Amino acid sequence: MKKQVYSCGIDYLQVMDEDGGIDLQLMPSIPDSKIVEMYKWMLFTRNLDAKTLSLQRQGRAVTYAPLVGEEASQIGVALAMRKDDVLAPSFRQHGIHIARGQPLDDYFIYWKGYEDGSKSARSINALAVCVPVGTQVPHGAGVAFAQRYMGKDAATVAYVGDGGTSEGDFHEALNFAGVYKLPLIVVIENNQWAISVPRKGQTAAETLAQKAVAAGIRGVQVDGNDVLAVYKAAADALASAKDGPTLIECVTYRMGMHTTADDPTKYRAEEEVNAWKARDPLRRVNLYLTSKGLWSSQLEQETTEQHQRQIDEAVERAEQFKPDPRGMFETLYSFMPDALKEEEDNAVSNNFWM
Amino acid sequence: MKVNMVGAINNALELAMREDDRIVILGEDVGRDGGVFRVTDGLIDKFGAKRVVDTPLEESGIIGASIGMALAGLRPVPEIQFAGFMLLAFSQLVNHAARYRTRTRGTMSVPMVVRTPVSGGVRTLEHHSDSPEALYSHIGGLIVIEPSNPYDAKGLLIKALRMQDPVIFLEPTKLYRLFKQEIPDENYEVPIGKANYMRKGNDLTIITYGTMAPLVQEVADKKNVSADVIDLRTINPVDEQTILESVKRTGRAMIVHEAELSFGVGAEISARIAEKAIFELSAPIIRVASPSIPYPFPGYEGFYLPNAKKIGDAIDRILSV
Repeated sequence: MKKQVYSCGIDYLQVMDEDGGIDLQLMPSIPDSKIVEMYKWMLFTRNLDAKTLSLQRQGRAVTYAPLVGEEASQIGVALAMRKDDVLAPSFRQHGIHIARGQPLDDYFIYWKGYEDGSKSARSINALAVCVPVGTQVPHGAGVAFAQRYMGKDAATVAYVGDGGTSEGDFHEALNFAGVYKLPLIVVIENNQWAISVPRKGQTAAETLAQKAVAAGIRGVQVDGNDVLAVYKAAADALASAKDGPTLIECVTYRMGMHTTADDPTKYRAEEEVNAWKARDPLRRVNLYLTSKGLWSSQLEQETTEQHQRQIDEAVERAEQFKPDPRGMFETLYSFMPDALKEEEDNAVSNNFWM
Repeated sequence: MKVNMVGAINNALELAMREDDRIVILGEDVGRDGGVFRVTDGLIDKFGAKRVVDTPLEESGIIGASIGMALAGLRPVPEIQFAGFMLLAFSQLVNHAARYRTRTRGTMSVPMVVRTPVSGGVRTLEHHSDSPEALYSHIGGLIVIEPSNPYDAKGLLIKALRMQDPVIFLEPTKLYRLFKQEIPDENYEVPIGKANYMRKGNDLTIITYGTMAPLVQEVADKKNVSADVIDLRTINPVDEQTILESVKRTGRAMIVHEAELSFGVGAEISARIAEKAIFELSAPIIRVASPSIPYPFPGYEGFYLPNAKKIGDAIDRILSV
């Protein structure tokens, strides 16, 4: 006997096309003011990203992971999430942190090289920035487990990149969340490049969304440069999170370098980057809002100037930050072991700053 | 109650779970089966599958999810079936469990007790007999505990379950059922970071823990030497004060552990003694440990492990100086 025991397909979702045209059947029921809000956050994120990159180039910030081009994949989710939902980020989700209320000063303190900037993560229901690729996804599953255990009406959103979908932790987390039907949403910010390795070098699978199939959970692929599609997919996943997890693949593009230590001209063609410029996530929303009389080049300029003032003031405040190395020692454990105290006193009294 | 170490740990888990409903046990076969060593036996009947959770076989996922649970306000007690398999979760322990508190400057913490059986002497398959305490003790932010008797196992575990820190709780397989001990029925704590004098003497200090602790005591008793035997109980943070107090008094220091010799706990303790008490020593420090090679298949265990003769010879050697 031979029979098919399982079959599956993966849906692709786009609400707004590259020129701002809307698929009315898929349009989420949100007022235009919400789309203006989305646009402003994407614009803010882009301005913030440009500023941080410039600070890094001046030696005023540490190695930085730019997000230009990926704004929609973050802001769409940020505005779909409720306050009590928890974010388990990777290291390129600055937009979502900021849109969820991270104080700008802390953002800059972090990127100046001080963990102290992560102190406010808790206040926006976010875990800390996570650098080892994919390792944050099991944390997200654990938070979702706790939400279920405590009977909370909330879900967890974990981010991962296309490269991260090759990691064991990614699969273990999907598997874990699937077994217990946890309220977990995993967003793959598929920006096509894991440093120098292209998306096709990560997996022979046609889509990354289909990684959900093996874990027995829902999977959907969306145009990650379409903030409305991202918003809709996230809102749908959050609304059904009580029934179990969803994997959302946002197809986007890393317009910049992996980090400021990277030179993408070494491994990818300029034509590829240029082709993605037409699919820019801000451009299409700008066209849509302008066509409806809700946006203009004057508003764009005024808003950008206002963002820049806000950002510059935060940079100025962050540069006044006085680091205290005692914090490293004193927050290692919930108590202070004698031998560690001795190390601390020794290091601090000898003033081992370079 | 008179219990062996398995009974003591089971009892500690039960009492702690009654006291604190944020405690959740999770791991492979911990539910209906009660764990492969039966340490969690019966807990699923007392607390239900909501709090005693059988997981898929994914060590990194178990520890990673436990970290998330802890960050979100639960107190997970993951069991890793054997220490050799815990290396699959090493990344989560080192990169996250240990660092979350400093990473967020104390605003988030990972109160979690990871239990796993360690060490050999019970003729198991490969990877079931490792003694990895030095690996975890090297990582600032983790607490590493290894009891050597039922009383300490219960008190240390209860204390660990009330702390805000990630604790690696190592349970010597060989001692699980080796002997019974009378212990209190109720809750009690054994302090973390505090070593225990198993016996007192004047001529020699022997620092040990885990599987070697009862053996060292037996050898010292049989040889009738005037030796301090110190059971560390907590490997990290190590109780430097007790060690130095004893060594300065006896002038001789010996460290006995089952783990491999090189870069081990014995090396760390030797360094601390050398830094702070070298002029009070009347003999070179001696370490007795397993050879610096991976734990062999059980046919070679008898050769590989420290035993009464190796410990006895070392005692003769250090006392002859």
